Amino acid sequence: MKTSLKKEQPTRFLRVIIFVVVSIALMIADHRLSYLEVVHTHLLTIVYPIQYLVDLPVKASKWLSVSVGGRIQLFDDNAKLRDKNIRLQVVLQRFQALKKENERLRRLLDSSVKVVDKRVQLAEVVAVDLDPSTRKILINKGKNDNVFVDQPVIDAQGVMGQITHVGLFSSTVMLITDSEHELPVQVERTGKRTIAKGMGTVNRLSLLYIANIGLNMNIKVGDLIVTSGIGKKFPKGYPVGTVIEVIPDIGKPYAQVQALPKAALKHNREVLLIWEK
Amino acid sequence: MSLEKHHGGWVIILSFIISFILAIIPLPTYATVWRPDWVAMVLIYWCLAIPQRVGVATGWFTGIIHDVLSDTLLGQHALFFCLIAYISVRWHKQVRLFTVWQQALSVFVVIAVSQLINKWVYDIAGSYIQAEWSFIYPAISSMLLWPWLFTLLRDLRRNRRVF
Repeated sequence: MKTSLKKEQPTRFLRVIIFVVVSIALMIADHRLSYLEVVHTHLLTIVYPIQYLVDLPVKASKWLSVSVGGRIQLFDDNAKLRDKNIRLQVVLQRFQALKKENERLRRLLDSSVKVVDKRVQLAEVVAVDLDPSTRKILINKGKNDNVFVDQPVIDAQGVMGQITHVGLFSSTVMLITDSEHELPVQVERTGKRTIAKGMGTVNRLSLLYIANIGLNMNIKVGDLIVTSGIGKKFPKGYPVGTVIEVIPDIGKPYAQVQALPKAALKHNREVLLIWEK
Repeated sequence: MSLEKHHGGWVIILSFIISFILAIIPLPTYATVWRPDWVAMVLIYWCLAIPQRVGVATGWFTGIIHDVLSDTLLGQHALFFCLIAYISVRWHKQVRLFTVWQQALSVFVVIAVSQLINKWVYDIAGSYIQAEWSFIYPAISSMLLWPWLFTLLRDLRRNRRVF
């Protein structure tokens, strides 16, 4: 064995060089181009059993807490939910009326903007840790449920992020707080358009390109930020966050504005996927 | 070469699968930067123990799986895992003679360098957001855990006669 290992040495060196070059080429291709998505789909499907296994105890504990929760707890929950449902129905009635009126007014104006119908589906967050240098989560819906790359992901409070890779049974979501994520948004009160960029580890969004001039007119602390629909990836009008800090930056043309995301990015177990019909 | 050239492949595969599970199991946020590089440690062990079986190619494939599991760029872990495997196989005879804490120190150096390469990749791709020196934390935790992992895997290898 000793001799065979010794003889192998130059070829082993050659082999490691080849593997290193292939790795670097793969990284560049993966970073710049999108045609590796097919590879991602297959690989994500292959590793899903391991991720499922890690998620299993969390799932089991949830199931356990429901099954031993008892009848009284369930009755209580049921009553609360029924109450909430009725209240939401009332709000919805008003919303339906407003929607109709909005459509009629748009027709009168001969506007080309169409109200698009949407379909949403619930997905569960798989409890695994992804790369600690990014803000991403894994969900348990994939190609089998028609999930696609760049699809918007929201929760009950607001926008969460968008799909980056799709496997058959799972997909990864880049959260809006990831340092590579940029989302076209506008201030709900004034209509001022800006871009919400993630800040990495902090649960904050930085709003770009808001000029120092006329700052008070355009934005102030407490303003709601919603998606602007520019870029076509996200539908218009979904809440993103609230402004918590506006600091004019004298040295630069743009002010430093920060917002707090509305969605419970880190603590969600359930998220919603949106399809536009 | 005899017929029973390889033995106990399932032990190797199982140890890698467990290391993958440990690599993605959820930790509290403050602890994630301290997570030991489990897969690299298991890879180093097998490269030292049976270099004729586990080497650069195994390192590369486990790296690709790690990339998919933690959603890094394809090739990011693969790059430094095949380097770790190469170094381990290249110096396995010397390292085998070390005491277990000397081995732990070499594990520290190898993992620290690999994490530094990893940090460079992030710097180039433009998304490194951890503290400047946090790449050293996994190397420290891996070093401290190496003696136990080494003993565990060695007993397992002798018990299951993996060669």
